[in-house]
Amino acid sequence: MNLLIWGLATGIAFGFLLQKGRVLRYDKQLGALRLIDMTIVKFMFSTVLVGMVGIYLLHDMGLISLKLKATILGGNIIGGLIFGVGWGLVGYCPGTSMGAIGEGRVDAFWGILGMLFGAAVYAEVYPQLKTSVLTWGNFGKITLPQLLGVNHWLLVAAMIVLALGMFFWFEKKGL
Amino acid sequence: MKQTDDPGSWNPYLAGALTGLVAVASVFFTGQFLGASTSFVRSAGMLERLVNSERVAQNSYLSKYLQPGVSGIDWQWMFVIGILLGALIAAATSGSFRLQAVPDMWQRRFGSKTAFSRALTAFIGGAILLFGARLAGGCPSGHGLSGVMQLAVSGLVALVCFFAGGMLVARLLYGKGDE
Repeated sequence: MNLLIWGLATGIAFGFLLQKGRVLRYDKQLGALRLIDMTIVKFMFSTVLVGMVGIYLLHDMGLISLKLKATILGGNIIGGLIFGVGWGLVGYCPGTSMGAIGEGRVDAFWGILGMLFGAAVYAEVYPQLKTSVLTWGNFGKITLPQLLGVNHWLLVAAMIVLALGMFFWFEKKGL
Repeated sequence: MKQTDDPGSWNPYLAGALTGLVAVASVFFTGQFLGASTSFVRSAGMLERLVNSERVAQNSYLSKYLQPGVSGIDWQWMFVIGILLGALIAAATSGSFRLQAVPDMWQRRFGSKTAFSRALTAFIGGAILLFGARLAGGCPSGHGLSGVMQLAVSGLVALVCFFAGGMLVARLLYGKGDE
């Protein structure tokens, strides 16, 4: 029960910040996909940079454990592309669709109904996918530092440099 | 960088960085990484269970998440409900809550009397998106934020593909350029 309250509280904090950052809007999501307004990319990578440093610090101190999703290239690539096609149409992702409702965006409601339908369809065809696409290129639960055989802080530093460079470029171009 | 025409908005770098702290705190205190799309599977299963519980119990995918006699409500499901509430609080307290059926950008491209086609597109897009998210193993929260911050190969690959697919469709819908 305690964990459920934590979930609700964490969601409220996340939804609050998503709304404040203006990440919830169709115009912002499509703006990023059209490369004319990078608000959501700025938000995402700021979250990732802070999160990455925090997670790896706590991990090195032995206070937390990572929870990795398996790398299955067939699923990650084909599923990712299918997701992208749907994302371009609906203009909200699963998390932001809920927040968009909170902001009064009625079209997100239809998107959520579609998502529930899509989940039900996936459950029906899962047995077929499990023995095909989801077996292609299965590397298990690996991180980029493990794959490349380098220290994770080297890649954390590289990510920070890349992201800051990208941020600088966005601001220069007024995106 | 505060936009004066948009009441209550925060700099996206600041809001994003604070979200990073929320994500780290969540892992530290409860071991939970942010994610959203699994909850849509649980909800679909809960709705199906109202009609035919046998079918849900026999489905090899839904039964991974929903055991008979258990509510199916977990940390992430409450987290997703919380997103709606948090956004509502932020919007209501800053005067930026706005009931709108057709987004501004869509109106400029397709006209303002397009509520039906917008709703239909949102439904179809939502269905395709969630199917893809489950095949990929996550969405921009689970893969894009939680996966990438752990430097997971799966998260990095999925994030690139999310944007690749989305940019293609955005180009088809809106063409090249600004408006």
